[in-house]
Amino acid sequence: MSLLQIEKLTRNFGGLSAVSNVSLEVEEHELVGLIGPNGAGKTTLFNVLTGVYTPSSGRVMFQKGDKSIELSKLPPYKITRMGVARTFQNIRLFKELSVLDNVKIAMNHEARYGLFGALLRVGNYFKSEALIEEKAHAFLKEVNLDELAETKAKNLPYGKQRQLEIARALATGAKLLFLDEPAAGMNPQETHALTGFIKEIKEKMNLTIVLIEHDMSLVMEICERIFVLDYGKLIASGTPDEIKNNPRVIEAYLGDEVEL
Amino acid sequence: MLEFLNQIINGLSLGSIYALVALGYTMVYGIIRLINFAHGEIYMFGAFAGMLAITVLRLPFFLALIFAMVVSALLGVVIERVAYKPLRKSSKTAALITAIGISFLLQNVTAMVMGNNTSAFPQVFDQKVYDFGGIRINSLQILIFGVTIVLMFLLQFIVLKTKLGRAMRSVAVDKDASVLMGVNVDNTITITFAIGSALAAAAGVLIGLYHIRVVFWMGTAPGLKAFVAAVFGGIGSIPGAMIGGFAIGLMEAMVAGYGGSMWSPYRDAVVYLLLIIVLLVKPSGLLGKNVKEKV
Repeated sequence: MSLLQIEKLTRNFGGLSAVSNVSLEVEEHELVGLIGPNGAGKTTLFNVLTGVYTPSSGRVMFQKGDKSIELSKLPPYKITRMGVARTFQNIRLFKELSVLDNVKIAMNHEARYGLFGALLRVGNYFKSEALIEEKAHAFLKEVNLDELAETKAKNLPYGKQRQLEIARALATGAKLLFLDEPAAGMNPQETHALTGFIKEIKEKMNLTIVLIEHDMSLVMEICERIFVLDYGKLIASGTPDEIKNNPRVIEAYLGDEVEL
Repeated sequence: MLEFLNQIINGLSLGSIYALVALGYTMVYGIIRLINFAHGEIYMFGAFAGMLAITVLRLPFFLALIFAMVVSALLGVVIERVAYKPLRKSSKTAALITAIGISFLLQNVTAMVMGNNTSAFPQVFDQKVYDFGGIRINSLQILIFGVTIVLMFLLQFIVLKTKLGRAMRSVAVDKDASVLMGVNVDNTITITFAIGSALAAAAGVLIGLYHIRVVFWMGTAPGLKAFVAAVFGGIGSIPGAMIGGFAIGLMEAMVAGYGGSMWSPYRDAVVYLLLIIVLLVKPSGLLGKNVKEKV
């Protein structure tokens, strides 16, 4: 079974199909790219996969252990707790909170204590909080952000904010990660550092990653397979080399061939 | 000087009440950007619940206080689920009008059930007045101030040190991102209402005890003044609501004490005048962030 199975997924807005009858599969531990011209429906697809939008038709299946779960029937916060997380095209950190708190919020659902336990300071409160604190620090170490733990998120440099957003998504315990234009707004050096970072966390944490990106050098370098969307439809899929030479993809990006 | 210190003591106990109520306004605003105009009525409801817990259920005072906080929290949750949650995606005005409607509803139902006249709040403590060389402190003022400080301490603990507080802070910053981090936003909002309502109820019970009476319209004026306190401190900011509450209480006490026959009858007007000045000079309040709506 594939880790993620999208079956005939459609999402309409009024008369417009932002995602139209898309079927695709992602295997465990794969790193796949999702590309397409602006307005092709890439982010909408992410939004449906993470539960922000409900599908108009079709379904999304996710393999968790030996159970097959229909993600498209769950509310977004439960999808996250299944091990699916994402980042955003425009950075959406909790800007006023510290780096550490950003990560701890993502780990919140692991804390096992109630409000009254906390107020009376009994039960699991101390153990649970200490464990989360420790896990959050260990986690920040792995993503090389621990020395910035007490810094407010909004005060981080741009590249670090991007990195924190990925870290925060991973801190939810995600096994499947959707990255929405992680290199947007980065200079070539930052993009290069990010490429290394994505490869590193993928191996370290045994992740499956789907990434939307316009930076083709990044996509071609790290993606094992690529899916191409155009006007909401899946028009091609294959290895980077296959995609580069696919006439339909070239047409989608450059428009119809012009005879000279 | 003695008069001044006495008014400070009066102001602090009055301000405690405003601060407890203002916290509910500010927390709810912080998390869903709604001015919950029914909040003053929760305070009134809490006062009645405390009164009934003592007279009918025969509970000792502190148990009655907790009882009132719990049932008012439940009322707050019911109001949020029934009246506000269905409107969360509608315009802000719709929710605001609903809040005003709920406020009238609660007042009228209370008047219907408990009568139009004031009911006596049992005097469970002998009021003692301590005199420190002219500075008079009423034992109830000490109780009001003490309970308020304990509750504020607990609130700060919840907000800063627990997973619930983290969820509340993250939802206040970005609801959509919180959902996608696995935070159950609906539950977080509900619990915020519960906590805010419990604090207002505590204020209601304390004021009932202090004034030895409760009546269905008792929430209106303190509710509005607590709202002014929340705006003064910077709406959305928890420390702001605390400071704002004490500031309004102190100001009111000073006008009452020093205004003479000329000004003291108009102490409420002074408070609202302050609101107008704050809105003109620093619309975001003392500790508020200057939030610009995205266009």
